[in-house]
Amino acid sequence: MSTLLGRLTPWIAGAAALIALPHVFTSGFALTLMSQIGLLIVFALAYNMLLGQGGMLSFGHAVYFGLAGYFTIHYLNFIYEEQVPYIPVTLIPLLGGLVGLFFGILIGYVSTRRAGTTFAMISLGFGEMVTALTLVLVAIFNGEDGIQTDRVLGEELFGITYGPNIEVYYLIAGWCLVCTLAMFLLTRTPFGRISNAVRDNPERVEFIGYSSQRIRWLAFSLSSFFAGIAGALHAVNIEHVGFEQVSVIQSGLVLFMVYIGGAATFVGPIIGATLLYFLQSTLTGVTEAWVLYLGVLFVGVIMFFPGGLAGLISMHQPIWRARARLLAPLLVPYSRFLAALIVCVLGCIGLIEMLYFRSSRLSTETELVIYGVESDPFSAGPWLIFAAAAGLGAFAIRKTYPGAVSAWNTAIADARARPLG
Amino acid sequence: MSSALTLAGLRKSFGAAEIIRGVDLAVEDGERHAIIGPNGAGKSTLYNLISGRFPPSAGRIHLYDTDITGKKAFDINRLGLTRSFQVTNIFARLSVLDNVRCGCLYALGHRYAWWKLVGRLQDVNEQTASILRDIGLWEKRELPAGLLSYADQRALELGIAIAGGANVILLDEPTAGMSHSEVEQAVSLIRRISEGKTLVIVEHDMGVVFDLADRISVLVYGEIIATGTPGEIRASTAVQEAYLGTGAS
Amino acid sequence: MESIIFAMFNGVLYGMLLFLLASGLTLIFSMMGVLNFAHASFFMLGAYFAYQISEGLNFWAALFVAPVIVGLVGAGVERWGLRPVHRYGHVAELLFTFGVAYVIEELVQMIWGRVPVPYEIPELMSGALFTWQGFDYSIYRVFMLVVSVVIFVALFALLTYTRIGLIIRAAVSDPVHVATLGHDIPRIFMWTFGFGCALAGVAGVVGGNVLGTEPAMAIQLGPIVFVVIVIGGLGSLGGALVAALIIGVVTRLAIFYDYGLGSLFLSLGLEIDTAGLLRDFTRITTAQVAPVLPYLMLVLMLIFKPRGLFGTRDV
Ligand SMILES: Nc1ncnc2c1ncn2[C@@H]1O[C@H](COP(=O)(O)OP(=O)(O)OP(=O)(O)O)[C@@H](O)[C@H]1O
Ligand SMILES: [Mg+2]
Repeated sequence: MSTLLGRLTPWIAGAAALIALPHVFTSGFALTLMSQIGLLIVFALAYNMLLGQGGMLSFGHAVYFGLAGYFTIHYLNFIYEEQVPYIPVTLIPLLGGLVGLFFGILIGYVSTRRAGTTFAMISLGFGEMVTALTLVLVAIFNGEDGIQTDRVLGEELFGITYGPNIEVYYLIAGWCLVCTLAMFLLTRTPFGRISNAVRDNPERVEFIGYSSQRIRWLAFSLSSFFAGIAGALHAVNIEHVGFEQVSVIQSGLVLFMVYIGGAATFVGPIIGATLLYFLQSTLTGVTEAWVLYLGVLFVGVIMFFPGGLAGLISMHQPIWRARARLLAPLLVPYSRFLAALIVCVLGCIGLIEMLYFRSSRLSTETELVIYGVESDPFSAGPWLIFAAAAGLGAFAIRKTYPGAVSAWNTAIADARARPLG
Repeated sequence: MSSALTLAGLRKSFGAAEIIRGVDLAVEDGERHAIIGPNGAGKSTLYNLISGRFPPSAGRIHLYDTDITGKKAFDINRLGLTRSFQVTNIFARLSVLDNVRCGCLYALGHRYAWWKLVGRLQDVNEQTASILRDIGLWEKRELPAGLLSYADQRALELGIAIAGGANVILLDEPTAGMSHSEVEQAVSLIRRISEGKTLVIVEHDMGVVFDLADRISVLVYGEIIATGTPGEIRASTAVQEAYLGTGAS
Repeated sequence: MESIIFAMFNGVLYGMLLFLLASGLTLIFSMMGVLNFAHASFFMLGAYFAYQISEGLNFWAALFVAPVIVGLVGAGVERWGLRPVHRYGHVAELLFTFGVAYVIEELVQMIWGRVPVPYEIPELMSGALFTWQGFDYSIYRVFMLVVSVVIFVALFALLTYTRIGLIIRAAVSDPVHVATLGHDIPRIFMWTFGFGCALAGVAGVVGGNVLGTEPAMAIQLGPIVFVVIVIGGLGSLGGALVAALIIGVVTRLAIFYDYGLGSLFLSLGLEIDTAGLLRDFTRITTAQVAPVLPYLMLVLMLIFKPRGLFGTRDV
């Protein structure tokens, strides 16, 4: 019984947090932000059914997100015109999921015949094709403008109208919780395990009775289903869908979220979606270079921390499980490395901001303020300071990185040497 | 016909090179059959043909009365034939337990199920646990398979192959690279798991071969030059010349 | 008839440009197993460098110097970026180059701004070389064709008659064996990557002033180049050439002969409601669907011949 309680704890805590959040962060901005993060979590987890669980790298998964979004908007509009049966907004995401599933089954059949890099190219091809079609089929997609709707259909259960944003937040939170639980349970089914096996070694799977192609197709279809739910939630939340939602921009964003968060773990995509969307919506107003930072962060994660943020945490799990005290010797080498990293990053940010400021010559009147200090990008001083920080930081990173790695190696070896608890 | 596996006029070419050059072989139901031969004779290629990794260029393969020539690997496996690999071929990031578990899921009828939880499948759990104990990896079941030692990975390779309980088992050098004591353990394990089943084993260790096999076939340059009991093979001058002789030089 | 020749000329030209890109991509893929997502970004760099150099010096300097710089940048990216990622496998490498494409696009915007730069056809070649049946064949377009054919021939000769070509061809047909040839593989990888990028750079130099030099040019052309190599068969240079020419000619013809699809549907006996959501199917013309055509071909190819035209390798 206690194990059941132990297993349920994270879910109860998660539900409680979702309920409490709007009472802690009450601003309108925070509410929209949290709603959007909620549906992006669903999208990111769906994407990770492909990348992390099934070993399929897709550059076009926004297709299922976006098409479900378009469909949802049209359906809501049709409900107004009384051309289609009424469905309460609460259940509309399910409809979006079915749309995603439909296209997932269809397109997945063709694309999952191949794996690896070919699969990735094909997914890109389909992504580009659908994006190009949004500009051709104007009646359905309305080109660059996209289509819109009004999500308020009238009163539903308990007098909910989805007029106020808070009600939409709870709609998204509810679906987010249900979908997260469903996708978590999926990882523990025969399908989920074999999907992992296909990721690790697609050839061997064929000799234990499974068609790896069939598994990929199934994973692809189920993933598209959840992506469709996320897309419908997006449509309800924003009341607008445009070609950006099906395009490679959106597909790339979800890839970044999942990879930076950590594709090898279940929580990675949740962390990634939360962090990246938070950064995106707060930083786009502050700096022009947000996409550059995102790209550099992504490249950095691939090169140095391929497990992503969650991977960094789970790397330490065996140590912490074996004996928490084993973590202590890591503290000093880690802090050294972190300090070096921070100095280097701050220096680079300074340089990049000044470069951007100089190249976008529109803003000659305004002053460039970096870290609260006015920095004149047309004098040598700030350049020297930031360049020095970046250079010294980079040098210090090279010096401290081996120390951090060897500290971890020692700790993990100690932890492994202890017998299973 | 009481043959478990029948190969008739089997041929395989890669480009211009013919690697399997007309193999005829009948493995009786319930026997332990060893295939020996020098490096590059085509033993692994023969396995690849039988198990459906690639189709033969000519000839037919029967599993009992079913013609399995050119069928997909998973179809052949579903008909009750399993194999292990010479180069360890496991699921590196899955736990040891999950490796074996994946091996028995299809055979126990759970197929592609996405509506039931693996932890709750009593039949799978029992079979997995018994195989893990058999191959001596029960204690290490939580480790990712990629972190196992070489010998443990070889044991796991065997475990995945036999997990589904297939009737015809093809093992490709299961003891390669093992120490003497490990070989002994492996042999007794193979003896146990092949009880009441049909076993085909490729092996370089002659001790293991003569210890285990009911019959032996000698494959040289893609042709079977002799088939017989261990005594007959030991006595055969053709084998001496073509194989044991070259092996000694 | 005259017009079809003119349209074909433009199609072949576009196809050869695609092939310049696809050949570098194929070389890199054959040697290293890496699908370089940033390939079109190096094409873009070629165009921008050429613009910068022709501002300072002239087009001819740009033609020779810009590809070299692009190649060096590519080699640097391989040496300090891709090489450490190699041990995580091909998918990680693909992801890495995807990230690099983002970074390059942003860097280009940072340095040259978000609007197109005025990289223009050199004055000397801006006129028409000849006029035939009422169509102007401009000097520059003929020059582009000559450059790409020369490079194609040079590449072919390099692969057929030189030692390095022998190694490359060995790698194309059997990637495992090169490692056993005992060459310094990391160095070969670095220069292969650099060379492939330089080829993309050449395409950028000669194509940038016709197609327009702007930060979006990479993202527009990149996916089509991938379609080319998948249709041609991954790792096949000949396949890439054929696929590039087919795609070039088909898309240009579709734009040139702007047929409406409505009459086509009608002749097939399909009645489409002219007010409903599907009404666009009666209105769109081949010119509008031209951007979709390469992807349509990709899908058809995958259904009927999953390995591509000349592909031998399963990926
Ligand atoms: N896929 C393939 N393509 C081309 N040649 C192959 C292929 N597979 C095997 N060969 C060749 O077939 C020959 C036989 O190889 P095989 O692995 O079957 O030998 P073997 O008898 O198992 O040898 P060993 O005892 O070393 O395991 C070798 O020369 C090998 O190079
Ligand atoms: Mg072998």
